[in-house]
Amino acid sequence: MPTLIRLEGGRAVIAARDPFAEAPLDGPLPDGPAVLMPLARFQQQGPALLDEGLRIGVLLQPEEAVEDLAYDLPRLSMVALNLPKFRDGRAYSTAALLRQRYAFKGEVRAVGEVLREQAHLLARVGVDAFVFADGTTPEQLEAKLSLYRHVYQAASDARPPAWAERRS
Amino acid sequence: MYRYDQIDRDIVADRCAEFRAQVARRLSGELSEDQFKPLRLMNGLYLQLHAYMLRIAIPYGSLNSAKLHRLAHVARTWDRGYGHFTTRTNLQLHWIRLKDAPDILDSLAEVGLHAIQTSGNTIRNITSDPYAGAVADEVDDPRVWTEALRQWSTVHPEFSYLPRKFKIAVTASARDRTAVRVYDIGLKLRRNRDGALGFGVLVGGGLGRTPILGQTIREHLPAQHLLSYVAAILRVYNRHGRRDNIHKARIKVLVQSLGAEEFGRQVEAEWRAMDHAAVDLPDDELARIRGAFGAPAFEARPARSAAFEAAKAADPAFARFARRNVVAHKQAGYALVNIALKTPGEVPGDCSADQMDAIAELAARFSFDEVRLTYAQNLVLPHVALDDVPAVHARLAEIGLATPNLDLASDIIACPGLDYCALANARAIPIAQQIAARFADPELAEDVGELKIKISGCINACGHHHVGHIGILGVDKRGEEFYQLTLGGEADGDAAGDRSRLGDLLGPALPYARVAEAVEAVVGAYRRARAPGERFVDTYARVGLQPFKEAVYADAHPA
Ligand code: SF4
Repeated sequence: MPTLIRLEGGRAVIAARDPFAEAPLDGPLPDGPAVLMPLARFQQQGPALLDEGLRIGVLLQPEEAVEDLAYDLPRLSMVALNLPKFRDGRAYSTAALLRQRYAFKGEVRAVGEVLREQAHLLARVGVDAFVFADGTTPEQLEAKLSLYRHVYQAASDARPPAWAERRS
Repeated sequence: MYRYDQIDRDIVADRCAEFRAQVARRLSGELSEDQFKPLRLMNGLYLQLHAYMLRIAIPYGSLNSAKLHRLAHVARTWDRGYGHFTTRTNLQLHWIRLKDAPDILDSLAEVGLHAIQTSGNTIRNITSDPYAGAVADEVDDPRVWTEALRQWSTVHPEFSYLPRKFKIAVTASARDRTAVRVYDIGLKLRRNRDGALGFGVLVGGGLGRTPILGQTIREHLPAQHLLSYVAAILRVYNRHGRRDNIHKARIKVLVQSLGAEEFGRQVEAEWRAMDHAAVDLPDDELARIRGAFGAPAFEARPARSAAFEAAKAADPAFARFARRNVVAHKQAGYALVNIALKTPGEVPGDCSADQMDAIAELAARFSFDEVRLTYAQNLVLPHVALDDVPAVHARLAEIGLATPNLDLASDIIACPGLDYCALANARAIPIAQQIAARFADPELAEDVGELKIKISGCINACGHHHVGHIGILGVDKRGEEFYQLTLGGEADGDAAGDRSRLGDLLGPALPYARVAEAVEAVVGAYRRARAPGERFVDTYARVGLQPFKEAVYADAHPA
């Protein structure tokens, strides 16, 4: 079982268990109260399953447009962003759009080749749950997130940019 | 000049600490080279043929004496006592050891220097007009906006893993000194009919294997929206730029495939949906930055300097230097003094630590503590009183940097080429040296007049050969160094408008031993064909390739 680390109130916490069972593109749905499914499956079955009361997370690949989910976002519990390679920066824009444009309040989870050295950037664009591929611990994640004492730009987090800090 | 406050200093310090930890993780084997490579690149460290190269950012090409002294110190302590200034106003040190890099960066940080985002698929060091704040023809000080962009783009959370590198230039005068049309984003400050300040926004320029000039997607962006608009461009590019093929990953390929109009439409849509107030700098912050670029405390001086005129009359070498390298200042009685790092026989753009120290002293004493870097790999003392130019010239002559060849045939741009660069097909530096030697006679060089020769050791075009009046590109032919010549390229504009164009291929590639003589033959053909007062590129535009072809290939291909 890969470890899921969530950011909760400024702390990094290992989730005791991940409620989301992963569903493949087709075939029977896994049991349980919450399911993570690919976008294509969600587009076919998602709305009906939501009506039945299932909690749903959608897994977005880097080339998939978050705009395709815009309508359903208020009813989604989670969006998972796949980083097939850590160098693929598209998930960062997807996360930024989820938080900044669509004001998505659910969990934004980074999966795939998620590494500690990118974690602070992912957190700033709005990722609040990590499945690390390099065994990063909650303590290491917290250290990484507090490394920069200031930031120059507004992002999806609440950190004031340098220009706002200079005012106070 | 902008001075770092505590926040700026903390960000650079935190970055140094972060990179030190990353190097430690790499040296212990915790990070693989694959995982480490993007991290070291975004901290300016390349692996080259012989060693690591460290590329230090000089934001908008602006230095003070403390910074230049520190660069000299670093070059002396951790490298071989010299550095190489590049066409993107960075300084490269070519003989670095990985384990020293964190200490070097700490040392640089003490004076507000760093290597953040000088490489990698990031927003790179931003370039601007080396004459900013010193010439009469600028509509606003471009450094204000460049500094705003520098801060915004530093450790940007959304745009640190772009499809490819991303370069931005800002210019504020019609006479473009930044080659703004060969950038991923080129920004031209201008005023509209109502006098409102705005940017002409060009995208998709670039050289490399598919050279193309940037196209305008917005004629007049209100200046206060600069950051949000650039963010919109970056977001469209980050999402839709190609990532499957490194050679097709620059924004220019996306702009070409969509068409500039459609690309511009997508940017506008993205920009309109953005929360501008969150991204754009508020007026008070812009005013704070602007305050840092106030004019130096110029003295009231007569426009004509008796000492300057007397020195010209007494010393023909000084007179030539004054003609070639000294440029009119907006402030009466002052001048800009160009220091060409192009002494014939030397490596273009190279500067020894001793020379850096000497120039830093000149800047402190005679130029309000300012030095600028130019895209042509030269330096400028931007604010020198005319009375002091003779003393500056004398000192430059002592350190071997008084060559009066600005914009002449021996003022050559050359990339490091096969002498250093792992990607090179061919040497660039010795070609530059051979050509410079042929035009070392100052009488001859001045007679030939403005001639910009640019040399790249491979198709990546770091030497900007496509926009050289004479461009020279190293190619590999069955394992041997060959060179293609292009003629008629230009990256400048003047008061009459933009003149930039890409050069035309002269003919078959030439072997190493024939390049310098071919350039000489091209220049000979120009001197025969030119009308009085006509520059090389103007003659070329009038007469075309044929006379030059004949001059170069006549002997090699007898009819
Ligand atoms: S043009 Fe080619 S050879 Fe020259 S520095 Fe760039 S990559 Fe290296």
